[in-house]
This record gives sequence, structure tokens and C-alpha cells, in this order.
Amino acid sequence: MAGIRDLFRQEVRVINLGLEAFALELERLGVPVIHVAWSPPAGGDPRKAALLAALGDEEEE
Amino acid sequence: MSIKAANQAALQRLVEAQPFLMDCLPAEQAMGLTGRTVLHAGPPLSWDRACPTIQAAVLCAVRYEGWAPDDATALDLVLRGQVRVGPCHHLGAVGPMTGIITPSMPVFVVENRAHGNRGYVTINEGLGRVLRFGANDESVVERLRWLHREAGPVLGAALRASGGIDLRVLMAQALRMGDEMHQRNVAASCLLARALMGHLARAGAGADAQAVARVADFIAGNDQFFLNIAMAAGKASTDPCLGISDSTMVATMARNGTDFGIRVAGLGDRWFTAPVEMPQGLYFPGFGPEDANPDMGDSAIVETMGLGGFAMAASPAVARFVGAGDMQEAIRATEEMAEICLGEHPHFRIPALDERGTPVGIDIRKVLETGITPLINTGIAGKKPGIGQIGAGVARAPLHCFEQALEAFSARSG
Repeated sequence: MAGIRDLFRQEVRVINLGLEAFALELERLGVPVIHVAWSPPAGGDPRKAALLAALGDEEEE
Repeated sequence: MSIKAANQAALQRLVEAQPFLMDCLPAEQAMGLTGRTVLHAGPPLSWDRACPTIQAAVLCAVRYEGWAPDDATALDLVLRGQVRVGPCHHLGAVGPMTGIITPSMPVFVVENRAHGNRGYVTINEGLGRVLRFGANDESVVERLRWLHREAGPVLGAALRASGGIDLRVLMAQALRMGDEMHQRNVAASCLLARALMGHLARAGAGADAQAVARVADFIAGNDQFFLNIAMAAGKASTDPCLGISDSTMVATMARNGTDFGIRVAGLGDRWFTAPVEMPQGLYFPGFGPEDANPDMGDSAIVETMGLGGFAMAASPAVARFVGAGDMQEAIRATEEMAEICLGEHPHFRIPALDERGTPVGIDIRKVLETGITPLINTGIAGKKPGIGQIGAGVARAPLHCFEQALEAFSARSG
């Protein structure tokens, strides 16, 4: 817990993955934030993700 | 072959295509379109599933050919199978919006000199009340007859005299002049007119001088004159990619107002379809989304070869017109398309992106991984037959086409 408390005593710089709303809110509060547009492969559908993984370029090498 | 190697081969074949505009001839002569046949845009479509705009255009084409005196008789012929109706794509052709081609209509002939195949497309009729947007009155038929009687032969003679016009060079130049070759073709049309001017004048020498003047006026009066030719260039460039085994690259995208269809290089002639979406965009005064026909036309072949919506960053004027907003948004649109493509076009470069090539070679795997679907610039037709164009905007390819293609690809691989 001490680690977490220390973290928030420092300047917070954020890399936000996925939901942009979090980044926008931090931006509004003046917190430095970089947003990375990311979503789970195949929209989170495990079956399609498995199909994609089987057809990936890396799998062939 | 590995998927990676197959995709590299397919991409190479697409970007190194050498489309040349060679001729303009009746479809019967150019592409062997015989009998009572009407071609339409998009994947195959049964009559009962066709939207009223496509149906009206088909019936108008039957009247134009003189196979029936009125729509009721034309409909009877279609329903009894005495007029065959099928997709342009199956005969080496493409057509914008309704995409109608009949045997007597003059078509441009584009030859891909890198591969020896040809692509065909009708002459763009101009704006407003035209067959491709589902208008079907006597003025539409009269214009089609003039294209057959006068414009086609004059253009054909000029093109034959030219020895062929290098479309890849012309399109690369037009891209640098602010065209994305789907919604904006002002620069490309001017460049083509410049290349044709002398040949047109000579082709008309000794004939009716007014005929050449009428054709020249027709070209000059239509900012979208080049669109159809860009489409035939796309068709001639993408077709040789079909059949490259193991490639997951998209080789065709087309819509018929009911279905959106894609074909994939490694899956041959098979179509993967899903219901078309409604285009989003701007409407002419007096029209709104409630008047719009669902997405339609073979013109998405332009995006398939890395132009149109994929080259939005090259065409700020279009970005605003089709509702994409400002220049930054146009750049974001092109960058987004880069996420689903195999590479950048070595010949189609965008000055505003520090000379990077346009994104090209849509990979079905990348579409499904990211959930990003191809962005297509498009005209918007009225859903009520006879109205014509009512606006312009953008449409997305439905994700379900790509899901089905992935399933089929996995089935054949596994």
C-alpha cells in the first residue's frame, strides 16, 4: 500500500489503453495522458481470435 | 506458399499493374456481351431482392435497347427470363452505382499491360438525372443513345490513335493535384482531356466537326468523367490477384443496393456478402437520409486499389464534402485504413503525408483483428426510382463479409 501511496504523491503521467473516455477525463483534469486506441483482437470473440492466431504471419515462421 | 508470401505476391501484382486506356467500343464488341443481357453493379442479385432503384435502371436499359416499349413489358421479359440480368464483375467489367451495361452501350477498354488482362466500364453519363443513379426518363435514354451513336465512336477513334494512355501515371499525378479518384476526379478528368485533345481533333477531321465539339463539351462539363476510367483501371489491376492461393488480400469490393460483397485473392471467384449499410454524408437541398438508397455500385474497386476513402488525406476538398470534416480528420481516415492494409502504394504518393504511399491491399485478417472496416467514398442515390443523385458521403464495408471470408479461409487451410 505504501507503494501506491507514494505513486500518487508524485506527478502522475498516464498511458491509457482502450476506452478513450478515461483519457479524456484525465485530460480535462490537466493530467498528462497518452491515449492508445486498442481493442481486443476480433472484438474479444475467442473463436475468431483463435482463427486469426492460426492464420497469423508469425505462426508460419 | 505461406500466407505472408502469398500476400506479398498479391500486393506486388496489384501495385505493379500497368493499366492503359486503349479503346472505347460497344460492349458487344469489346467484351462479348451478347443477347438480351443487362449487367448491374455488385455481387449476384435475384430480381426479387433488388432495390427499386436497380430495378428501375434495369427496366430503363431494356427500353433503351429497344427490347420493350415500356417498363411493364420490360418487367415481363425479365420475370420470364427473356432478359438475362447478372453482375458486371463476372464479365470483366465494373459499373458505378446501378452499374448498368447492355450490349450496345460503349465501354472503355483498359488493358493491364503487366498481366495482359482487360477491364471494361461504361462512359460516365454526367451528373444529375442519369441511369447510374436510377433516373429513367426519356432524357436519360436519349443521352445513352447519343453516347452510343456519337460519343463512343469518337472517343474510340481518338484512343486508338493515341496508342493507349498510361493511367497509372495519370492517376499518380491527379492524386498530387487533390483528387482521390472516387468522389473527386477534377484533376484526372483534365489530365485525360489534355492527353486526348489532339487525338480527338484528328479523329474528328473529315467527319462532323460538331460531333467532336459535342464530345469535348461533354467531357469538359463533367468533373467526374474520369471516375469510370479509374474504376476500370482498378478492375484490370485487381482481377489478376484473384486465384493467388493462400492470400488473404481483398481483390474485390462491390455493392448492389442490397448486398455488399467482397472477393478474396486466395478464395477465387467466391463472394462473401452482407447487407449493405446506409451512406453517411451531405444531401442536396430538399433531400435527407430518409430519401437515400442503401450503398450501391462497383466503384469501391477504387478503394480496393488504394484510392478513394483510402487516399482521403490527398484530397482535403473531398474530406469536407463527404462529411469527414477537416484536414486532420482526412489524415486520420487514411491512417486508419493503413491499419488494415498490407502496405503502401509505391506509385500513389500523398504529399501531405510526407510522400508516403496510399494504404493498399486490404487484409481480411487485419480487418477482423482491429474491427476497422474499409471506408468508401460514394455518391448517394435516391431510393425512389427516377430521382437520381441526392447527395454524397461515405459508407463502410460490413464486418460480416470479412468474418465469412475468414471462416472460409480457415476451412480451406485447416
